[in-house]
Amino acid sequence: FRKNVEDFTGPRERSDLGFVTFDITADILNGKNARLFKYNMVFFLTLIHLQSIFDWNVKQLFLYLSAEYSTKNNALNQVVLWDKIMLRGDNPRLSLKDMKSKYFFFDDGNGLKGNRNITLTLSWNVVPNAGILPLVTGSGHVSVPFPDTYETTKSY
Amino acid sequence: AGREEAAAMLSLDFLDDVRRMNKRQLYYQVLNFGMIVSSALMIWKGLMVVTGSESPIVVVLSGSMEPAFHRGDLLFLTNRIEDPIRVGEIVVFRIEGREIPIVHRVLKIHEKQNGDIKFLTKGDNNAVDDRGLYKRGQHWLEKKDVVGRARGFVPYIGIVTILMNDYPKFKYAVLFLLGLFVLVHRE
Repeated sequence: FRKNVEDFTGPRERSDLGFVTFDITADILNGKNARLFKYNMVFFLTLIHLQSIFDWNVKQLFLYLSAEYSTKNNALNQVVLWDKIMLRGDNPRLSLKDMKSKYFFFDDGNGLKGNRNITLTLSWNVVPNAGILPLVTGSGHVSVPFPDTYETTKSY
Repeated sequence: AGREEAAAMLSLDFLDDVRRMNKRQLYYQVLNFGMIVSSALMIWKGLMVVTGSESPIVVVLSGSMEPAFHRGDLLFLTNRIEDPIRVGEIVVFRIEGREIPIVHRVLKIHEKQNGDIKFLTKGDNNAVDDRGLYKRGQHWLEKKDVVGRARGFVPYIGIVTILMNDYPKFKYAVLFLLGLFVLVHRE
C-alpha cells in the first residue's frame, strides 16, 4: 500500500515521503526478461526464459528496485527503494513477501502527492570476475499511483 | 686471490658495458627512454579524451563496495556527457576539497528539464548513504563532482599502486630499477 506523509527531517525543507510495500517473486535467470506484474496491490516479477545468467565470469548480481517518476520540480526522479546482492551460487529464485523499502522514499519537494505515475522497475548490475560491468533492466514495470492526500496518522 | 678476481670481474663487467657505450649510444638510449615516457603519456591522454574522464583508470582504495570490489581492484571509467547519470551506476567522485576519489553506487537522482542533476550515493557495503561523507552543508553530488562511471574492472592488479603509496621505498626501488633497465638495455 502507499501513503504520503508530510514533514520529515530531510535536507531542511519539507519533502514528501512515500511508503511502498511489495512482494518480489523473480527468477533471475536470463537477463532481459523480467516481467513485473501488479496483482491486487501485490507486485511480483516473473521471468520467462530459463537460461542461466550466472556463467563462469559472473561473480555477483547487484539487484535494485527503483521508482522512477516526474514532478513539477524535476523532470526525472529515480529512487532506489530496495537492493540485494546475489552471489553466484545463491538461489536465483527470489520469493520475497511483504517487503518494506530499505531506503526512505523521499521526494525532492512535494511531488509524490497525487502523483499517478510512479514506475517501479527491477534492475541489476552484473559484476563479473573481470570485465565489463553492465546494467540490465528487467523489461516489465508497474505503475504505482500515490493518493491525493497525506496520511494523518503516524502509524508507520 | 682467484675468488677476489672473480668478484672484481663480475662487478666490472657491468660497468664495462656502460663504459663501452660511447656518447652517441648514450644519447640514443636517453632518447629512447624519452620516447617511451612520451608514448605512455600520449596513451594516457588519449584515454582521457576517448573516455571523457580525467582519470580513466582508478584503483579501489577501500572495502566499501565489497563484495563487488576489493582494495586493489582496477576500475575503467567513462564520463561521457551523452551518458546520463542514473541510479544503480557505480560512480567515482571527489568531494570538494578532498583528493581521494570515492567509488560508490548512485542511490537517488533528481534531474531537471535542462539536464541539471543532483544525486545521492551509497557504498554497497555501507549501512548508510554518503550524506555524512559530503562536505558540511552539502546534501547532494553534482556532475562536476564525478570523475567517471565504472564500466569495467580487473581484480587485484591495482595493489601495486597501493603498495607504492604505502611504502615509498618500494616506489623508489621500482622506479630506479625501471630507469636502470631502460638505460642499460641495448636494442
